[in-house]
Amino acid sequence: MITESCTESRTSNKKSLALSVEKLSVDFHLRTHILHAVRDVSFSLYRGQTLALVGESGSGKSVTTRSIMRLLDSQARQTSGRITLHSENSDVVLTDLDPKSEAIRKIRGRRIALIFQEPMSSLSPVHTIGSQIAEAIRLHHGGTKKTAMESTTKLLEQVEIKNPAEMARRYTYEFSGGMRQRAMIAMALACNPDVLIADEPTTALDVTTQAEIMDLLKRLQESRGMALLLITHDLGLVAEVADEVAVMRFGRLVEGGAVDDIFHAPKTAYAQSLLASTMRLERPAEARASRQLDDDSPMLSVSGLGKSFGIVNWRGKELHSTKAVEGASFDLYPGENLGIVGESGSGKTTLGRMILRIIEPTAGQVMYRDAQGQMADVTRMNRKALTRFHRDVRLIFQDPFASLNPRMTIKQIVGEPLVVNNGMKGAELDARVAELLELVGMERSAMERYPHAFSGGQRQRFSIARALALNPRVIIADEATSALDVSIRAQILDLLIDLQKRLGLSFLFIAHDISVVRYFCDRVLVMHHGRIVEQGDAEMICTAPQDPYTQSLISAVPNPDPRHKRMINRTRFISS
Amino acid sequence: MSQINPINTVEDRPAITLLSDDDNTGSLEVASQWRLIWIKFRQNKVALFAGVVVLLFYVVAVFAEFLAPTLPSKSQPRLTYAPPQSIGFFVENEAGERAIQLHVNGYGMTVDPESLRRSFTVDKEVIIPVGFFVKGEPYELWGLIPMERHLIGPLNPKDSMNLLGTDKLGRDVLSRMIYGARVSMSIGLIGVFSSLLIGTVLGALSGYFGGWVDLAVQRLIEVISAMPTIPLWLGFAAAIPLTWSPLQVYFIITLIVSLLAWTGLAREVRGRFLSLRHEDFVTAAKLDGCTTKRVIFRHILPSLTSHILAVVTLAIPTMIVAETALSFLGIGLKAPVVSWGVLLQDAQNIRTISSAPWLLVWPAGAVVVVVLAFNFLGDGLRDAADPYEH
Repeated sequence: MITESCTESRTSNKKSLALSVEKLSVDFHLRTHILHAVRDVSFSLYRGQTLALVGESGSGKSVTTRSIMRLLDSQARQTSGRITLHSENSDVVLTDLDPKSEAIRKIRGRRIALIFQEPMSSLSPVHTIGSQIAEAIRLHHGGTKKTAMESTTKLLEQVEIKNPAEMARRYTYEFSGGMRQRAMIAMALACNPDVLIADEPTTALDVTTQAEIMDLLKRLQESRGMALLLITHDLGLVAEVADEVAVMRFGRLVEGGAVDDIFHAPKTAYAQSLLASTMRLERPAEARASRQLDDDSPMLSVSGLGKSFGIVNWRGKELHSTKAVEGASFDLYPGENLGIVGESGSGKTTLGRMILRIIEPTAGQVMYRDAQGQMADVTRMNRKALTRFHRDVRLIFQDPFASLNPRMTIKQIVGEPLVVNNGMKGAELDARVAELLELVGMERSAMERYPHAFSGGQRQRFSIARALALNPRVIIADEATSALDVSIRAQILDLLIDLQKRLGLSFLFIAHDISVVRYFCDRVLVMHHGRIVEQGDAEMICTAPQDPYTQSLISAVPNPDPRHKRMINRTRFISS
Repeated sequence: MSQINPINTVEDRPAITLLSDDDNTGSLEVASQWRLIWIKFRQNKVALFAGVVVLLFYVVAVFAEFLAPTLPSKSQPRLTYAPPQSIGFFVENEAGERAIQLHVNGYGMTVDPESLRRSFTVDKEVIIPVGFFVKGEPYELWGLIPMERHLIGPLNPKDSMNLLGTDKLGRDVLSRMIYGARVSMSIGLIGVFSSLLIGTVLGALSGYFGGWVDLAVQRLIEVISAMPTIPLWLGFAAAIPLTWSPLQVYFIITLIVSLLAWTGLAREVRGRFLSLRHEDFVTAAKLDGCTTKRVIFRHILPSLTSHILAVVTLAIPTMIVAETALSFLGIGLKAPVVSWGVLLQDAQNIRTISSAPWLLVWPAGAVVVVVLAFNFLGDGLRDAADPYEH
């Protein structure tokens, strides 16, 4: 597709053009400035082929897809370029069509279909899944309700939803994330489109579900000969499924070519650095590897910790309950990085919050050994002791946008624990906050600014500075890097490792991303359905897992190397 | 695609073209919440205009004595139901030359020979010179400073100028409207303020603590919202001692009704607290060691102040309409207190409306304008209250 050389190299399998984008430029007219969101972007899609559009947030990937669908916001103007939808008999220039015209509506959904990132918000909560798919069919093909329902059932069967006739009558909330995405795919396939655009289709899903969905998409694409445009930020996924790759940055197409060329011989500096930051997370951090654990008695010892969320009647009698975490036991040693991995709903966040008693545990105990060597059970601490415990054990949150109060300046946010606990003020406070900011690599001029002036990665640094304010001993990092772009992610992880060396911290690192855990952690716990199924050395778990669930989990992680596909050849785990 | 990209151009930020020279992104970084709200509010021209209108009405209310051409209680028995006069700029003297002279025309009276009813018409021949900062009826500004200058009035204090006509006792409607603005625009504020206090505190407690506190407060809100207000007002109006001055009576009734009107605000505040108390930054504040009081007042409430302000702005017009309605029905304010609702009492019968429509049009118009302005302002504030939303 993109380069001539690559067209030549693949002349054997005849490719027919499905969609071409030529020199597309889109501007956003904002209040104070014009943002050139997409600049001179050109690429083509071929039938039966997958093009992956890769880039970090703000690179213009989604704007590009929206201009293909002619769904741009009112602020956006297309300043140049042509988008052509090719077919055997005639070509349609999409850019000539009025976004509100009948003609484009016939193409949208029927010939170009779109799958969104968030299956929750793209399906209507008040209609059954079946009726939503049937509506799409009837809009484009007409026909009676009955025939539409029949084709709906057939489609649901194709996307491997068990018992399709029955499931068609269910509502969105009765479907899990993966099932919803399957239903979305069924809806997108309803009219047998030529081009399928998948905008981060698996970002909101767990790795095992992601693997299943990508398998499904791949199979459907092959059987129907669709062209697939996959928008993603995950290079691993690209290596697993794409034929061609186009790398975008700040609205420009930086590099494009066959997947093997991009991964094994990237030409541009940006593609190289993007790849390097992905590959870096594929092995343990070098800075960490040499460190030795000098103390062998645990500082945090969790035993039998459990939490059940129950429905209680008015007398306080439990009617039925769900066990979010059950019998969790592990130790955290001084200077150690302990990772907790698991998919969504596995109870890892609940476990982390129970240790801090943000969520009250219903069973078990947490023994904490403080700086003086005194052991105490956190679950029985009174308010005062707990406040002291919270000074030693700090939390870093996942979402850098929600965890900083938008009404406070950075100085107020970072200094809050100092003001509250030590009653610090004036010049002393200023000096300490400046010192903390320096520690996390930010300038002191940030103090008077508000969080909205900073990017996600910078905000996460402030979050870390706040956690460090009281000289803690343990930091619980709850998905601290999952909201960040891959290059920023590596930076934050390196910062944490650096801080650990300088300040002698222990980390409890909660993540769903195996590669991050492998990079950062010494030991790993794997959680599944509220239970710890396996724990051990990080490298061991990542390379030779023992437990069947861990095996399926590890093998479902996409491998960023197109020559060694892992996800596609994964081990499957059948849940009991 | 190889021809497209200049391969090693290093770009470290998205491409933008500035539209204006004053690049204020730097100042936005240190902009506080209120500044961001103001920046967003400023873009909403309708709300901005409404804000100016509201401000003007309050200025009028504050300087009522000075702005009114005469006293609201000064009756002119010889000029009952006199129609509005309009201001003219030019007069012709005997020589037929035109000269600039602010003036109004006097009245001519006719008596219907059958009903003996007097009616007034504006007589173009009679010219009453008018000027600014004239000496007129003596008054005390804010009840403190004795003055006798008025913004506008007839040069000869014996003449009469009624720009908006007169009522059944010959009192100047314009002056009464201006004095009425003071009462109507301010009395709602007291009610809103007390309901704001109760609503915020109970809403915050209910939302933050949840559990049985929430349950109790919510049931209380339900019981209170079920109470019909107008019969309650009627009851109170009858129960209050006759010796109290009408203003005192109204003050007390507003206060009592506001004790019942805090429910909407309490629900709003509770909803915000419910969503905010599980926000990460609140959890972070708790882990930082903040006391409950500090979490509520320093971390959560500041996020709500702008919302509360918007709700309050929308509650004031309700109070104004309530005052007008109750006074019109005769159970709110009573003469000699002057408010827009009291003025409207004069327009209760068809005969008055047909012969003196100005008694209805001006007070009602003022109420409509103020209520609309408050609503637009409140809507604008509500939209601006969350500057991070798009």
